[in-house]
Amino acid sequence: MNLPHPLARSLVIVRKTPFFVDLGVAACALALFFAVVSTGVYWFQKPIPVVPISNSIGALPAYAFYSLVRMAVAYFLSLAFAVSYGYIAAYNSRVEPWMIAVLDILQSIPVLSFLPPVVLAMVALVPGHQLGIEMAVIFLIFTGQVWNLAFSFYSSLKTIPREMLEASRIFRYSGWQRFWQLEMPFSAIGLVWNSIVSVAGGWFALIFCETFTMGARNFQLPGLGSYIQSATNSGDVHALLAGIAAVILIVVATDQLVWRPLIAWSDKFKFEQVESSEQVTSPILELLRRSRILDTLPGRIWNQVEEPVYQHMARTRECRVVRPLDESKSAKAPPAFWAVAVAIVLTVGWAAMQAMFMLSTITWPDLRLLLEGAAATFLRVNASLLISAAWTVPAGVAIGLNPPLARIVQPLAQIMASVPATAFFPILLIGLVKIGGGLGIGSVALMLLGTQWYILFNVIAGAMAIPSDLREVSSLYRFTRWQRWTRLILPGIFPYLITGMVTASGGAWNASVMAEYSHVKDRTLQTIGLGAQIDAATDHGRFAMLLLATIMISLMVVTMNRLVWRRLYRLAETRFKLEG
Amino acid sequence: MQEMAIPNATLEAPPAADAIIRAQKVEKYYAQPSQNRIQVISATDLSIVPGEILALLGPSGSGKSTMLRMLTGLSTPTAGEVYWHGTPISQAEINVSIVFQSFALFPWLTVLENVEAPLQARGVPPAERRERSMKMIDVVGLDGFEAAYPKELSGGMRQRVGFARALVVEPEVLFMDEPFSALDVLTAENLRSELLELWTKKTMPTKAVFLVTHNIEEAVLLADRIVVLGRNPGHIRTDFALQLPQPRDRKSEAFTHLVDYIYKVLTQPDVAPAEAPGQPAEPRTRDQRQMRYQMLPHARPGGIAGMLELLLDRGGRDDMYRLADDLAFEIDDLLPIVDAAQMLGFLKIEEGDAAITPSGEVFANSEILRQKELFRNAAVENVLLLRQIRRALDAKSDHTVPEDFFLDMLDEQFSEEESQRQLETAVTWGRYAELFDFDSARRRFVMPDALEEEIASTGDAK
Repeated sequence: MNLPHPLARSLVIVRKTPFFVDLGVAACALALFFAVVSTGVYWFQKPIPVVPISNSIGALPAYAFYSLVRMAVAYFLSLAFAVSYGYIAAYNSRVEPWMIAVLDILQSIPVLSFLPPVVLAMVALVPGHQLGIEMAVIFLIFTGQVWNLAFSFYSSLKTIPREMLEASRIFRYSGWQRFWQLEMPFSAIGLVWNSIVSVAGGWFALIFCETFTMGARNFQLPGLGSYIQSATNSGDVHALLAGIAAVILIVVATDQLVWRPLIAWSDKFKFEQVESSEQVTSPILELLRRSRILDTLPGRIWNQVEEPVYQHMARTRECRVVRPLDESKSAKAPPAFWAVAVAIVLTVGWAAMQAMFMLSTITWPDLRLLLEGAAATFLRVNASLLISAAWTVPAGVAIGLNPPLARIVQPLAQIMASVPATAFFPILLIGLVKIGGGLGIGSVALMLLGTQWYILFNVIAGAMAIPSDLREVSSLYRFTRWQRWTRLILPGIFPYLITGMVTASGGAWNASVMAEYSHVKDRTLQTIGLGAQIDAATDHGRFAMLLLATIMISLMVVTMNRLVWRRLYRLAETRFKLEG
Repeated sequence: MQEMAIPNATLEAPPAADAIIRAQKVEKYYAQPSQNRIQVISATDLSIVPGEILALLGPSGSGKSTMLRMLTGLSTPTAGEVYWHGTPISQAEINVSIVFQSFALFPWLTVLENVEAPLQARGVPPAERRERSMKMIDVVGLDGFEAAYPKELSGGMRQRVGFARALVVEPEVLFMDEPFSALDVLTAENLRSELLELWTKKTMPTKAVFLVTHNIEEAVLLADRIVVLGRNPGHIRTDFALQLPQPRDRKSEAFTHLVDYIYKVLTQPDVAPAEAPGQPAEPRTRDQRQMRYQMLPHARPGGIAGMLELLLDRGGRDDMYRLADDLAFEIDDLLPIVDAAQMLGFLKIEEGDAAITPSGEVFANSEILRQKELFRNAAVENVLLLRQIRRALDAKSDHTVPEDFFLDMLDEQFSEEESQRQLETAVTWGRYAELFDFDSARRRFVMPDALEEEIASTGDAK
């Protein structure tokens, strides 16, 4: 099956960095947070107008367009950043461990909790207020999308076969040629699959953060998220449904018009010796390929651009001498490197200290509240994972072992996984308010909305990947149902299940930030939880609480990743790997 | 093919100035994570001179590939210097190509694009690029496949693309890193003779060819000069020129004598090689470093038993190369098995012949359970690592020892990768001999349950 293997690859990189690197990174995160918050607070008094949102369905296309543009800008920024970040990390052994540790931790932090300070800072940076808020939202989506892309690119660069690298060196490729003929093609598949996940995450965040309240201030941007929010607040069910329909439509259209053609096209970058029988097909791509102009014109234009570059590069020294692959790493660092390093350490140290001072304003009752919240959220996230697994494993296996059915359901599950759960949340809330249920259940339900599809999608793929001869063996020797599950099915789907659970767990933590606290028609619904604390702190402008809650949530995510998921992953990679 | 004139200018050691590439006292160390440094190549001189095909032969682990990479500038020697026409290679604009074992073609580029890419890197304008590439594709016999992608081609055709790409830049020296070993026998043979034809007819403008191989016949078939490397650390064991005229006949006596001679050199790492038959040669050798651990050859117990049984059928003694020939084995397949049998005392090498020992005869004649027992005794007696693992397991109260414990000890002597492989082989042997078992989930050596007591008591009695 077309499983996102490159994804799996990016999660199991064995890292051997000393703990002080982690500490340093944590200090950096603290410092960054402080920097963002303090700039934000400084400009807090600036008035920010709220863009009024119309509930009429006729206004939907315009809103959809605004949201799309935001997504696109954020995505391309992420891609560009991810590629440069991955490149530097892969080729600069001095900064590599630091950059990878930063990636590792930032990847685990729920971005939504950064929203308030980021908005404040961005509004401050750009005097034209509209652009400021726009930039804040884009920046937020960016931070949610960029890390797995960067990780994917980095790990692709690190896994380029040695002989390919040697070929590029011995034939004296320039950096430019190596990038376009070796590095980019080799990373393409990983980047495409990670882009799909990234953009799905982006929609999730976008719907949520186009509208929000902070202290007495309201921020609202024209867009689908605001539209849905406003429809919920005014109780306009028709508008709400239309908004959700628009979101789903966009997701499906993106899948058909962008991702499928991209996946089908990227097939040519598969690093394999024989042509595989199974290929993703895309009618759109076929259409594009049949067009003669589209087929040759971009290539011709590209050649016009490239040719002078090659001519020029060939004359540089880089291209005249074969450079060794094992250049000595002990070469002296230039003094500038050390100056910059010292400056960074000092700044980070100072800012981290400031953040610590800020934390010292937290009182014991506050801390107790946070700890209780942490425990509650932890339980909720894991409950939602367990519930998802409980129904998706039997269902996914049943579907996966029935290939005709799987062929229909799997793409659906894949699309469902990309539909942002945040879009459904308002409906859920209205329902909860009607039947008088609390947010405690509501938040679990919301996490479920987001998480179960990833698991289902992966379990189906896992069940389909169980070799049929093993299944025949199990029926030949009349395995009992219990034996069948414990000896064949569960071990068989294990790697896939873990892949799904890891993604789902990240999603669930992110969802907790918005699921535990909500405004519906002037009422504030909330339950005990870290996410609720973050939102409440935002509402009341209590930055110390916000900071501590974010630190706690990040710590929990990182710890869970290190202690549980990474180990399970390694197990899946070694013991439960079906050699194909 | 007609009789070709083979440039034989290399018989006398040429003056160093004539060499295209000259390595002077190059050494290579690899740093281990544990601060240890492993020497893979000890100080070595080697020159590549115009007009010859030089074959570099050696068992795995003798640093053949490392040598090739140092000579091409892809790898920097830890000590010593490589010169390109007298200038240090890191500053010279060198003109060489490599044909890789794995082909190393770019799967996303067509055949034509693959061949054009090196010219593109040299800034050759598009029209000329196309013309030269088409011509070279024609030369290697891939006319009509310009638009195909490598994955649509067979292995042999892919390596032809590899040749076209290497030759299109008109390299002065063509390096080949086991270019035929990923191909089937017939395809390899075909490509070999075509390469020879290109070389002898001077269709390719290349001045010298450097071939790394572990196939002795291939080397004798193609080379004008053969350098045999020994291992631990890599060093030149013998270096001689061949006087056989081309085309060479595999069945001729001179040919088989040479093959036999090289086998002798390779299977007797501790003996200074005799002169190559029919030519004056200056045999060079050096003492092996004193090693704590023998290097376990990566052979399976089943392979050892099979080889011994075959030998017994032949009356207990046979020529090495004939053995390899009959088994259709290359030296990298056969040598580990022979080494292992030798290490366990089942086999002796005499004059390039493999001769079975009395204990080997008993072993080959026994049924499986008895074989395991004989193997166990021989292993405990002769193999230090296995003995140590067993002792450590006996000594510990819980009868388990982590893998890392032994890795750390091996690490002082072998590269990280080789330590891992040594342990893997030890596990295979230990499991077969029922000396110990390995729990791969916990990465620990454990006692095999059923045998625990029985072996413990016999171990004490010893």
